[in-house]
Amino acid sequence: MSNIKEEIQKRILVLDGAMGTMLQRYKFTEADFRGERFKDWHIDVKGNNDMLALTQPEALAEVHRKYLEAGADIIETNTFSSTTIAMADYEMEDFVYDFNYESAVIAKKVAEEYTLKTPEKPRFVAGSMGPTNKTASMSPDVNDSGYRAITFEELRIAYKQQVEALLDGGVDVLLIETITDTLNCKAALFAIEEVKEERNIDVPIMISGTITDASGRTLTGQTAEAFLISVSHIPLLSVGFNCALGAKDLVPHLEVLSKKSEFGISAHPNAGLPNAFGEYDQNPEQMASQIKEYLDKGLINIIGGCCGTTPAHIKAIADLVKDYKPRPLMVEQV
Amino acid sequence: MESKQKKYLKLSGLEPLVVTPESNFINVGERTNVAGSKKFLRLIKEEKFEEALDVAREQVEGGAQIIDINMDDGLIDGKAAMVKFLNLVIAEPDIARVPLMIDSSKWEIIEAGLQVVQGKCVVNSISLKEGEAEFIHHAKLIKRYGAAVIVMAFDEVGQADNYERRIEIAKRSYDILVNQVGFPPEDIIFDLNIFPVATGMDEHKLNALDFIRATKWVRENLRYCSVSGGVSNVSFSFRGNNPVREAMHSVFLYHAIKAGMNMGIVNPTMLEVYDDIPKDLLEHVEDVMLNRREDATERLLEFAESVVGKAKESKVDNSWREEPLQERITRALVKGIDQYIEVDVEEARQASDKPIEVIEGHLMTGMNVVGDLFGSGKMFLPQVVKSARVMKKAVAYLLPYIEEEKLANPQEGDSEGNGKILMATVKGDVHDIGKNIVSVVLACNNYEIIDLGVMVPPEKIIAEAIAQKVDIIGLSGLITPSLDEMVHLAKEMQRNNFSIPLLIGGATTSKAHTAVKIDPQYKEAVVHVNDASRAVTVVGDLLQKETSAAYKMRIKEDYDDFRDKFLKRSVKKEYKTIAQARENKFKIDWSNAKIKEPHMLGIQVIEGQELDKLVPFIDWTPFFRSWELHGKYPYILTDDVVGKEATNLFADAQTMLKEILVKKQLKAKAVFGLFPANTVNADDIEVRNPDDGNTYVFRTLRQQLQRREGVADYALADFIAPKESGVQDYIGTFCVSTGFGTAEIAAEFEKNLDDYNSIMVKALADRLAEAFAEYLHKEVRTKYWGYAKDENLSNEELIKESYKGIRPAPGYPACPDHLEKLTIWELLQVEERIGVKLTDSLAMWPAASVSGYYFANPEAKYFGLGKIKEDQVADFAQRKGISLEMAKKWLAPNIADD
Repeated sequence: MSNIKEEIQKRILVLDGAMGTMLQRYKFTEADFRGERFKDWHIDVKGNNDMLALTQPEALAEVHRKYLEAGADIIETNTFSSTTIAMADYEMEDFVYDFNYESAVIAKKVAEEYTLKTPEKPRFVAGSMGPTNKTASMSPDVNDSGYRAITFEELRIAYKQQVEALLDGGVDVLLIETITDTLNCKAALFAIEEVKEERNIDVPIMISGTITDASGRTLTGQTAEAFLISVSHIPLLSVGFNCALGAKDLVPHLEVLSKKSEFGISAHPNAGLPNAFGEYDQNPEQMASQIKEYLDKGLINIIGGCCGTTPAHIKAIADLVKDYKPRPLMVEQV
Repeated sequence: MESKQKKYLKLSGLEPLVVTPESNFINVGERTNVAGSKKFLRLIKEEKFEEALDVAREQVEGGAQIIDINMDDGLIDGKAAMVKFLNLVIAEPDIARVPLMIDSSKWEIIEAGLQVVQGKCVVNSISLKEGEAEFIHHAKLIKRYGAAVIVMAFDEVGQADNYERRIEIAKRSYDILVNQVGFPPEDIIFDLNIFPVATGMDEHKLNALDFIRATKWVRENLRYCSVSGGVSNVSFSFRGNNPVREAMHSVFLYHAIKAGMNMGIVNPTMLEVYDDIPKDLLEHVEDVMLNRREDATERLLEFAESVVGKAKESKVDNSWREEPLQERITRALVKGIDQYIEVDVEEARQASDKPIEVIEGHLMTGMNVVGDLFGSGKMFLPQVVKSARVMKKAVAYLLPYIEEEKLANPQEGDSEGNGKILMATVKGDVHDIGKNIVSVVLACNNYEIIDLGVMVPPEKIIAEAIAQKVDIIGLSGLITPSLDEMVHLAKEMQRNNFSIPLLIGGATTSKAHTAVKIDPQYKEAVVHVNDASRAVTVVGDLLQKETSAAYKMRIKEDYDDFRDKFLKRSVKKEYKTIAQARENKFKIDWSNAKIKEPHMLGIQVIEGQELDKLVPFIDWTPFFRSWELHGKYPYILTDDVVGKEATNLFADAQTMLKEILVKKQLKAKAVFGLFPANTVNADDIEVRNPDDGNTYVFRTLRQQLQRREGVADYALADFIAPKESGVQDYIGTFCVSTGFGTAEIAAEFEKNLDDYNSIMVKALADRLAEAFAEYLHKEVRTKYWGYAKDENLSNEELIKESYKGIRPAPGYPACPDHLEKLTIWELLQVEERIGVKLTDSLAMWPAASVSGYYFANPEAKYFGLGKIKEDQVADFAQRKGISLEMAKKWLAPNIADD
């Protein structure tokens, strides 16, 4: 099987676009979400996209296919919230393993179909690991800044379970994304390292942080470079940013990473900034034209889309990157 | 291929700290260490964590680039204290910006510390003292947690106390770390043990020198690692004699740093500048440090007797405490310093009539600054959360006084309170500054606030609202997903048959979103309220029995109407930030621009302009428009529909005009000036008046609406050479009026009930004023400034603005704010010179007046500013030194509503 570490040196790899945006188009009802397996579940589950791996697997496969068709090299599993922590809202902690495992299996199967079709362009599956809905280094209570709603240890355990299930399901890469609190990410990295050691395997890791606002900092206040330094203790396939901002606004932060990091650089921005309704209305051409700046500046090794992006966006991006060489990777000095 | 990334020690707090060979000595703050500071120990023991934080803050403000935190004391639960203190430190951005050093001899405390810090820390310390197995185990975990490590020169045998033992242990530790653990060598920092000198014992004579030599060896032989140490140890035997200790520290550091020591614990207040050490003292100290004489210690001891004096303390900058009260309060809010807030609030309270005025005045002023800075990206979230905390403290302090005031002066019907309002930041959102401000202001207006805090799940909001029987629910959110949460909650309220109003607020909310997405989900009133002052009136209207029903109905209708209109708008507009717009400003190649220095710089006045000369310059089209006859002159005279009416009107106008000219009934005056000018700070035009030598600044506004690629975002400032170009440019300003006498003539007509002629004379005066402006502009172009000497344009061409250069007027599309007129008035002394006044709303009086600027650059063109965004408004307010409210008031029609 081809190795993503080799592929990333040959060409710019295209990551897929938004899963949520695509799933919304199915307009699944509460009953669709529940499917047969959860038809008597005691809590409303509509909106729990991650459970669709069990109840609407064909939809997931279809979305994956669309992205692969559009030219994606890497597709993400539908497991952004598949941790016991994030699933607590739906009291579905017990199914977290299954969500991860099934999502990985679905994505892997489709990816292999496409790799078979075009062996010269192998396709990879990245196991998506979201930030959970709790922050380990920020208090949700203004009046008690020392309070924490979650501990490192709780996060480590939850992430470890997710990592094991994703790997069991066959993912090629682990992608810790939309990192708002670097400490959460460090717990995920810690968990991955444990699994790597226990199973005596190596797994490429992608890390993608989120710059939340005009200050150019993460939600927990770190600058791009401070964020980079805080996660560079583990060898990474790539480090980058996603979500929150459109392609254009990510440029200065990607420049910092590109300049300061020896890892691959990734970006999967939103389709512009949300309008008054929280919708993203940047069209594929607009987005691609902004991404062109990354390419012209040689900032990128992996590029894809986050909120609001569709296969059309990914196609526009894939068409664009064909003509560009990837950012050269630095090899460790011996 | 060679690595571009050098192996440097890289640490991080909120900000990076990269230690390169070029870096200055990294100073580690030591006073947040219970072993090193009695005060800190006491504060931790007494659980005075707030004050303990001040110790940390002083360190950072005093220049510490890393702070060492140690809780090893028999009477403290070290692990709990470490976690608690670190959690608090992390919530203080001005402290947490630096990397932290987690210092303990107990592994469980170190690990607990590593689990709560997002940045890359330093562990202080590990060593081979307990053997290799434990050393390796800890090192592996430290690596996995992502921290650097201090390795003590200590092994199973004991502490290294000479040169050989130091390098032996350092080398062994290094090899194990790098080769067995795979620890990055750049993340290793050796503490090679600094021991006292001049103790009187022979075996201590080499303590400093051995350290320095070992440092040199380690830096030369163990690649990429750093060397650190606690410097004050070296002068231990001179406790009580600070001048000597300070000199010893400086001398020691001077030599150790040369040898390669690149970080350490140094008390900056206990340090003399090496070059400032008196020669004799320096010699005695160096003799000891470098062991240059057998009797060095005795000589220094003897000499020290004669050196008495006080240590200089270089203190944290507290000069802001001298500033005026409002500045102090604003600073405390912006910096999140709560240390003095109660003192300051008390001062404000005593200076105010009512305690509530402190909240509405002093505190709100400060919070507005916070809001602006946050909005413009100059503050970030954690800082704002801190500001809110200071605000809460201040309000808490005032509340008893407010209660007292209420008891003393109960307002009508107030005793029960005006109503209960539930406030919550919706699920998934941690932003609540706006909500807090609104809560505070509402509470101050005698509403009972039930604040559920941040990230409140919808079920809880619903349950609490029912349980507490609240009268209104207020939801807040800053991030876009919160919008959907609000929609969801509106649905839930509907499902639960609520009948109370719902308020929506927060940076991301808008009237558009509220009207289009939220309002239809809930049959009761939904109101978008984005500022605290409005919240009070809205809540008042909603809850007052007399007005409630009617107001709710009106709101519902208003939102229905707004929604319809909004949905009909086909294009959703997008805007750039002002910074982005500035990036994309209209660029003129100043190095090649031909700039003409005006023939006559300074201010000129024209008294008694002949009106006859102005007539050819009249643009008649607007004259007809003022009579609601639409069409272009002269074609309008033969227009099928209005031709006849237009012809009659024109005839009447000619008659009156002739009479005005003959009888000289109107007086035309002008004042104008041509000045050296340059653009500064992107959007401001700095003007120097050569007459009085004063400088004036015109603030211009920039287009922000997202346009197609390649189209610049204009501001008038783009047409003037920026100061940094080194090119001297010029600008003109003017005011003309033909209105003197109009009022009298019109009054005369009105007295005779002749409205037609009353309007006619005003319309003609207006036209003459415009004609005067056109005429004067031509005179300026061809004579006074003289940049278009050979211009020969017909009146039509003038009307079509075919000339070079522009004369935009405040209040018109290129510069819609009227405020700049004040600057024109000040600069030209318009009122003093020609008697044209500005009203409170900055209209000119007499009305038939025109004022504006002259821009001579051939690339200058008229444009419409369009809508601008809040960021520019705030920036404008700040530049102009006016409150945001004032700026908003004046720019309101141009501020984008979405």
